[in-house]
Order: sequence, then C-alpha cells, then structure tokens
Amino acid sequence: MRPTPSRALAVLAAGLLATSAAGCGGGTTSGGGNGDPKTLTYWASNQGTDLAADRKVLDPELAKFEKQTGIKVKLEVVPWTDLLNRILAATTSGQGPDVLNIGNTWSASLQATGGLLPFDSAAMAEVGGARRFVPAALAAAGAKGRDPAAVPLYSLAYGLYYNKKMFADANLEPPGTWRELIDAGRELTKDGRYGIAIEGASIPENVHQAFTLGQMYGADFFTPDGRPQFATPQAVAAVKSYVDLLGKEKIAAPGNAEYSANQSLNDFATGKAAMLLWQATTSGLTNLGMKPGDWGVVPTPRPSPAPPGGRNITSMVAGINIAVFKSTGNREGALKFVKFMTGDEEQKILNRAYGSLPSVVSAQSDPAFDTADLKVFKRVLATSAAPLPQVPQESQFETAVGTAMKELFADAAAGRPITEAKVRERLAAAQQQMGG
Amino acid sequence: MTSAEVSAAAVSAGGTARPGETGPGGRGPAGTRRGRRPRLPPGALPYLLLAPAVVAELIVHVVPIAVGVWMSFKELTLFYIRDWSKAPGRGLGNYRVAVDADGAIGADLLRSFLVTLAVTLLAVALSWLFGTAAAILMQDRFRGRGPLRALFLVPYALPVYAAVMTWAFMFQRDNGLVNHLLADQLHLTGGDRPFWLIGGNSFWALVTVVVWRSWPFAFLVLTAGMQSISRDLYEASALDGAGVWRQIRHITLPALRPVNQVLVLVLFLWTFNDFNTPFVLFGKAAPDGGDLVSVHIYHASFVTWNFGTGSAMSVLLLLFLLLATAAYLFATSRRRPAHG
Repeated sequence: MRPTPSRALAVLAAGLLATSAAGCGGGTTSGGGNGDPKTLTYWASNQGTDLAADRKVLDPELAKFEKQTGIKVKLEVVPWTDLLNRILAATTSGQGPDVLNIGNTWSASLQATGGLLPFDSAAMAEVGGARRFVPAALAAAGAKGRDPAAVPLYSLAYGLYYNKKMFADANLEPPGTWRELIDAGRELTKDGRYGIAIEGASIPENVHQAFTLGQMYGADFFTPDGRPQFATPQAVAAVKSYVDLLGKEKIAAPGNAEYSANQSLNDFATGKAAMLLWQATTSGLTNLGMKPGDWGVVPTPRPSPAPPGGRNITSMVAGINIAVFKSTGNREGALKFVKFMTGDEEQKILNRAYGSLPSVVSAQSDPAFDTADLKVFKRVLATSAAPLPQVPQESQFETAVGTAMKELFADAAAGRPITEAKVRERLAAAQQQMGG
Repeated sequence: MTSAEVSAAAVSAGGTARPGETGPGGRGPAGTRRGRRPRLPPGALPYLLLAPAVVAELIVHVVPIAVGVWMSFKELTLFYIRDWSKAPGRGLGNYRVAVDADGAIGADLLRSFLVTLAVTLLAVALSWLFGTAAAILMQDRFRGRGPLRALFLVPYALPVYAAVMTWAFMFQRDNGLVNHLLADQLHLTGGDRPFWLIGGNSFWALVTVVVWRSWPFAFLVLTAGMQSISRDLYEASALDGAGVWRQIRHITLPALRPVNQVLVLVLFLWTFNDFNTPFVLFGKAAPDGGDLVSVHIYHASFVTWNFGTGSAMSVLLLLFLLLATAAYLFATSRRRPAHG
C-alpha cells in the first residue's frame, strides 16, 4: 500500500500546479498591464455623490482621449472604502490597472511598496514638467527627496464654513482666531443648536484636524528621520484644543462623538450647527438643501498669539493624485493619459464638476475658480497649507491617532474630563502600536 | 517518482543496493509494480476517485492555511507586499509581539481576546436559552404556530449587512430608536441619553445584536431535534404526575443532548469568529467594548499593513479554537463511551 499514497500525492501536486497556473493565466484578462498599446485600465476614486455621477463626468472625457490618441480607457470607479485594499491587492499580485487615483496622503506609503511608477525627470517631462503643478500639491505626492510616486490631480483644502444667517442674527463676525471661534460658538449654542459640528468618530477627519492644529502648535508627528513621536507637548495641546470643542467648551453636541458618516455636514446644512471645519465642497451642501450664499468660508482660525514654534498653516494639502502602476504594459500610453488628465482643459472641466481646485497653476486662473469660497481655498492652498507627513508609516499614523481621538471624543461626550495627561496617555499608546 | 526509479534501477542492477536506498517501507516492490503500466495498483482507485475532492480541499483550505502560517513567520509589511516571497523571516518575532502583554500590541490583543470570550459566552448562553424556551413553547400544536415559527426565523434569514446596519441606526444616540424607547418613553436612563456605539455600552449593544442574530438558529435546530421525541413519553410522565419542569428536565433536555452538544459548539465558533457584526456596527476602529478579535486582527493587518503580525495573531486564534473545541468535545463525549 505504501507507494500508492505517494503516487496519489504526485498526481495531486501536478493537478495543483496546473490549477494554480491556470489561475494566474486567468488573472491577466481582468487587469490592465496586458501590453496592448491601444487600451488602458483606469481606477478612478469616487469624487461625486455616487459612482454613477463619476461615470457621467468621466465618460465624455475618456471618449475625448480615445479620439485624440486612439487609446481606449476602461474605467472603473472604486469607492473609497475599497480603494486602498484594492491597490494593496493589486500590488501584491502585480495584476492591477495601468493608471489609478490615490488619496494624496497615501503617496509615501504606496511609494514604499514600490508598486507605483516613479515620476523621475524623464516621466515628469512626458507629462509636461514638474513646474506645471501647484507646489504644495506636488509636495504631497511622495517622500521628500525621492521622485514623486504620483502627480496631483484634484486639490482641496480645509476651511471654516459658517452659517451667514446665524452669524448675522447674533451680530457676529466670522472668527479669525481660535478664541473667537470658541466665543462665537458659545453664543450660538442655544435652543438645541450648537456652535460647531464635529465628525468625532471619523478617523480621517480626526487625523486631518490633528495635523492642521498640530502645525499651528508646532507639532511634528514624525522625527526628521521618520520615527513616530505622537505624544509631544505640542501635539497634546493641539489634540486637546480640538477635543475641547466638545468637552470643555461644550460648543459641539455630545452626539457628534459618534458621527462618522458625514452627519456633521448634515447638521451644518440643516442649521443644527453654525460652523463646520470641512474640505472644499459645494454640492455636499446644496444636495442637503443649502443655497450658495447661505454659507461663508474663512481659513481655519489659528490660536492667537501663536504658540511658540507654531507655523502659519491652516490646512492640510488635501486632494487626489494620479499614479501609474509600475507593472503596466503600456507605460507610454499611461503617461499620455496622465498628461491628458492634468492638461489645462481637463483640469478645468473636471475640477469644476467636482468642486475642487485644479492642481496645475495655469488652470487655476480660470474664472470658474474665482467664487468667494474657492478664492479662500486657493489662497489657503497657495500660502498656508502643508502636506501630511510624507513617510511610509503615514497610513498607520492616520489609523492610530485617528482612533485615539475617537476614543477621546467618546470620553468627552460621556462627561469625563479630558486632561492633558489623558491626551498624552492616549497618544503615547497610539505611538506604541506603530512599533513591533 | 525519481526515488522510485532510482530504487527500481538499483533492484535491476543486481540487488546490491545499500539498505538506505531500498529505504523504509519497501519502495522496491513499487518499482517492479510500476513496470506493468496499464494496470492500476489494486489500492489506487479509491485515491484516484477521491483526488478531485482532495485537490479542491487543498486549494480552498489547506494551501491558504499554510500560506497564512508561513506569513506569520515573515516580516510582511508594506515594503515587501509587492514581492512577498522576498519578505525577510522574523522567526517567532511576530508571535512574541502578539503575546507580549506588556507591549501595546500584545495588551490590546489580550484585551480584545477577553472581550471576545465574554461576548461569546454571554451570547451563546442567551441564544441557547431563548432558542430552547421558544422551541419548548412551540412544541405543542396551537393556532398560529406556523406563522409564529416563521416570524422567529426572520433575524436568521435577513442578510447580515442590512440587519446590522438597521441596528446601527437604532443604536444612534440622538435619533436612534433604542434611546427613544429607553430615555424618552420609559425614562429609564434618568434624563441621560447613553451612547451605544462608542464607549462601554458598546459591549451590550454588540451582545444584543449577536443574540438577536443567532438565537433563531438555536430555535431552528432544537425544534428539529424535538420532532424525534415521542409524545408518548410526555403522556406517560404526565400520568405519573410529572409537571412541565420535570418533563423538561427529565425528558426534553436529555433527549436533546446530542443536538445541544453540536449546537453550543457551532454557536461558540460562529460568535467567536464573527467579523461582520462588529465591523458593520462599529466600523473599522471598534470601541474597546466591542472589539472582537477578528476585527482586531483585521485592524492589525489590513489597516496597519502589518500582515505578518496579523497572521501570527490568526494562527494563535486558530490554535485556541482548536484547543477549545477539542477540550469541549472531550468533556462532553466522555459520558458516551460507545462514541469513542
């Protein structure tokens, strides 16, 4: 009997090999990278209200590109919840799209995987040169000192939205400092309304605010050589001042601590809250019943006097980058497509459709981007915006610090005092999770 | 194959092969038998017939498990996912991090494990209790039994995402149905509106949803099990003066013993490994009270891109469940020696 199992095993092994080989062969049809110079696969991030809205915006542009170059672009709009996992899976298997959108804060992390085509001087020249792009936006496309892993496509910044009518009724001016924000918030918090709405359980929103306020207090979440340092006194002060809006100052509703599905945007649009720290949006508010002109925007207020070491930063550089997958079989076509998408004309059309700002300097001067809101965001982006730390561990930083702040908001909402020691403890625990 | 050929060659070359080459288990005969090609060895047919199933099993279960175990010994971070065969080995490093209760990662895993254990024990006990009670109440025929049985099974039949998302809405602090009922209608909370999806109450929110989802399964299985209990036993015991409680204790429960043995084990494993419920209820970063270990491991591997540590945690979880299952089966099967 002995030989039979070994024979059976040999048959099995052969069968297994055959199946797995077939599996690999099957994979190539779904992804791009098949070397066909006449087609490209493009993963677009979800910028509009839903996936169908994105298709409606992008399809005519892709048709235009096909007419110009003869290259057919297969479009897939990927929801944000899936995008990073999809990119990781594609990186692992090598079976991915040719061109893809990434959140610009992931740039350095994805750069570290080596899955994206570096935009060295040659590649950059093929898409029109680095000087075309808004410097702050290009700084959020990879680690400092390395060739960018992507180029910026849509740019966004944070600002303070305020409800004009509520401010006028209370005879208030839009706040210019953090103190004024709190004072205005206190006056406006009455009759079931609150001064400000906060997305307290949203990890990305939390970490974006921690970064921006951190800059105002002079906090660096990473040392110059890229090691995490979350619990510095500056970071503690910044995070505490944000959580205090709900805790100590009580100008945000306690229920905000469990918001993570844009409920704060809804509260602002429906007049339940008078202020909101948010990324540039128009359709987000008009879809919820507001009319342009009902709201105003000012740069995120900074503490005054500025804390020692504080920087003149009021926003992170938010936005979407466009990248080329390294294993593409159609490098030339992919770069042509990137050049097309970052060209002046497409930048105007696409950013107008999405309510974002062009990431190339020459397109920003278009009158379409001269609305009162966008002027503020343009100025913020040009003068007082900084990219999130461009280090490989950035995505872990987002998760760890964003989660720590979610827990702090939960504590504050439950009525527990948020002390500096408590904030430091949470941030230190978040930093520990990075090791290992 | 090669060794068989070598030993066949050794045999035909005059049989002076060293003991090592004829090898253990007598490979020699295999070589001679292989000479007659068209005929299968007598014992081969069953293996051949089983082969497709074994191949499928290998692909679906064994290979992924083996890959997972392999990953747990590697430093598989974002720097290596592109070419993961090149990931450097970490020996037991990932396991050391996972079980080091003094470090942040190990402490969190331990806390998550204990929470999972508490949720599981509580949820299994309650699900079993509700299922048993409902099955006993439904045992006798009465008007409307059919529709009521169907109604009881609804939570089990609903798609998990839809059901749990509905619960998430109901547990919202400001607009949720739960607080409306507890705070506004019944005034049980002293004017306060408690949070259910963040903070300590999340534990009870999770237990509620898990029990709501799993008790119909217990009900279904026990109802089926009760079909085989003869009505005569109840009638005979009633004549002898046994009340309802005595009947349950001495007839129903003993008769359901084999069913319960499997049911409790299945409920335990399902709840312990439940990913969907906490993930849909709380999102990526579950609060401490609802941080079931499967979500925790997802967090440790996918969200922080450290697949090696995540795999090590998964392997530890697998080992724990294997041990728990073995201990459970050993303990519950002891009284039935015929089985073993």
